[in-house]
Amino acid sequence: MAMTKWNNIKKSTKSNLITFGIVIGFYLLVQILSAAGVMTNSFAGQLVPICAYVVMAISLNLVVGFLGELSLGHAGFMSVGAFSGTLVWVSLYDTVPHWLALILAFVVGGLVAGLFGFVVGVPVLRLSGDYLAIVTLAFGEIVKNFMNAVYLGVDSNGLHFSLKDSNSLGLEPDGKILINGAMGITGIKKASTFTIGFVLVLITLIVVLNLINSRSGRAISAIRDNEIAAKSVGINITRYKLIGFVTSAVFAGMAGVLYSLNFSSLVAKKFDYNTSINILVFVVLGGIGSIRGSVIAAAILTVLPEMLRGLNDYRMLIYAIVLIVMMIFTRNPKLVAWRKQFTDKVKAQFVKSKDKSKKSKGVA
Amino acid sequence: MQFLSYLINGISLGSVYALIALGYTMVYGIAKMLNFAHGDVIMIGSYVIFFAFSTFGMNPILSVILAMIVCTILGVTIERLAYRPLREAPSLAVLITAIGVSYLLQQVAQLLWSSNPKNFKSVVSLSPVTLFDGQLIISAETIVTIAVCIIIMIALTAFINHTSTGHAMLAVSEDRGAAQLMGINVNATISLTFAIGSALAAVAGALMCSSYPTLMPTTGSMPGIKAFVAAVFGGIGSIPGAFLGGILLGIIENLSKAYISTQLSDAIVFLVLIVVLIVKPTGLLGKKVNVKV
Repeated sequence: MAMTKWNNIKKSTKSNLITFGIVIGFYLLVQILSAAGVMTNSFAGQLVPICAYVVMAISLNLVVGFLGELSLGHAGFMSVGAFSGTLVWVSLYDTVPHWLALILAFVVGGLVAGLFGFVVGVPVLRLSGDYLAIVTLAFGEIVKNFMNAVYLGVDSNGLHFSLKDSNSLGLEPDGKILINGAMGITGIKKASTFTIGFVLVLITLIVVLNLINSRSGRAISAIRDNEIAAKSVGINITRYKLIGFVTSAVFAGMAGVLYSLNFSSLVAKKFDYNTSINILVFVVLGGIGSIRGSVIAAAILTVLPEMLRGLNDYRMLIYAIVLIVMMIFTRNPKLVAWRKQFTDKVKAQFVKSKDKSKKSKGVA
Repeated sequence: MQFLSYLINGISLGSVYALIALGYTMVYGIAKMLNFAHGDVIMIGSYVIFFAFSTFGMNPILSVILAMIVCTILGVTIERLAYRPLREAPSLAVLITAIGVSYLLQQVAQLLWSSNPKNFKSVVSLSPVTLFDGQLIISAETIVTIAVCIIIMIALTAFINHTSTGHAMLAVSEDRGAAQLMGINVNATISLTFAIGSALAAVAGALMCSSYPTLMPTTGSMPGIKAFVAAVFGGIGSIPGAFLGGILLGIIENLSKAYISTQLSDAIVFLVLIVVLIVKPTGLLGKKVNVKV
């Protein structure tokens, strides 16, 4: 009976439930392991970054997989989110309850990143393909360079801002430096826990999966598949592209907050071009357009480097080779046709044996 | 006078970008792909020159030629093994493969030669030129870089416009299918494009490392990205565009370093790119192509 109910559920809903199941199952497993005390310290330390990267991968997949646009500057959104959220956390830490400060940090981080997504998105989404890739790359680099050069301080006169050095802020003796150029924000009280990360992953999944399966989501997919055809049936291209892009930026910003509140200091260099590429690798290896794939790939590929410590020198080499081979294997038209042939054969075999077993059952 | 000096250095840096951008733009124009590994081919070429010239004491010109040969072979091999199987695949797949190749080259370089920076000895052994009673000193590297860039640029334009191989390249970039029907060997033409682009990368590496002598496995990546920006800036696929974009980018970078902020110079370069693309989405000299249903 339960089985038939499961079969009646819509295919997309089923797939989403499996994704949620995996995430919740992983959370429970980790809780059990840590309660049993068998978890290693290095793995426990990886839990929050795993959540942050999972959120990043889901949000980038929204752009790459569903919007069909290549973004090479996703770390830029993570960076602005991280900095704004952390500033809120640091400045509210002593004045409001911690839980409120934390929620505000996430909200502000997400909003600021979303705002940047909007500002970047409006002009950029007019471009397409490779041009969009290069502009997002440029955006990521601008954010990195700018955050590296920013000095921000606060004293009784209010906020002081400079692009030169901390002395030129002209702070009073009681003033406090908030962002210290390339040194970034220091002395952050750590707040991120695995549970917070887990909740953020769940929220991201709920919002993104709902968006994909909504009217807007279908419009977004239609634009990806054929922009001109989508336009001709009256879909507002810019609007739907922006919805996807800004949503993605918001979650990237929140992931940034989660990531930065896991460490005592935050520097702009962490969110560079390589970070953007790494997240793209998660999305690609997990399967472009597959949210579940992104979740799994991001989790595994974040832990993998730790596990491959012995191979450290060769780790990135293996990574690079896997990336190339994987791409050729999954995208070469001839190989794809060959694999399809192979799976069809196996399927045919499987169906035959199933038929046989049905028949034998019928006889019995 | 100070300004003139910054300007000339900017043009020199821009010439290096232009040389790299030529490789990017030719490959993009003909194979319709962004070769992200181009910057790392430059790095490999620079290492070849470093070992041939500084370690084994080879003649500087010979070592540059050796590097050109190595890079040509490398570029053609990469194209054959990693990019050709994906020629009919979506452009995102090729782009990611290119990123993979870029990582691969960096990692191989790191394993072979370690990540410690090497001090690159300049391949130009001429004395600097002094003008206006010593008020303006232009290093020999600067002059050689600009001269080499202009010569290559002229030679390349002549090659493409006045030889049948060059015409074949133009035809392939215009319409690959039609070119094939006209009896052009598309695969060979694309290989040749990679060969030329990679040979230019070796020259660019020699000139770049002569002016900025730190050589590391990651040396190529930032100039690679900036040259890519230069190519897009000038209109990707256009050879004069790559030249113009490279020179302008070099000038903007050097002047903003001198007058605005050293740390923010990269940000300014990228900001200018974004503004240019928003105003003119195909770049300065790019052609607008209308998509038909």
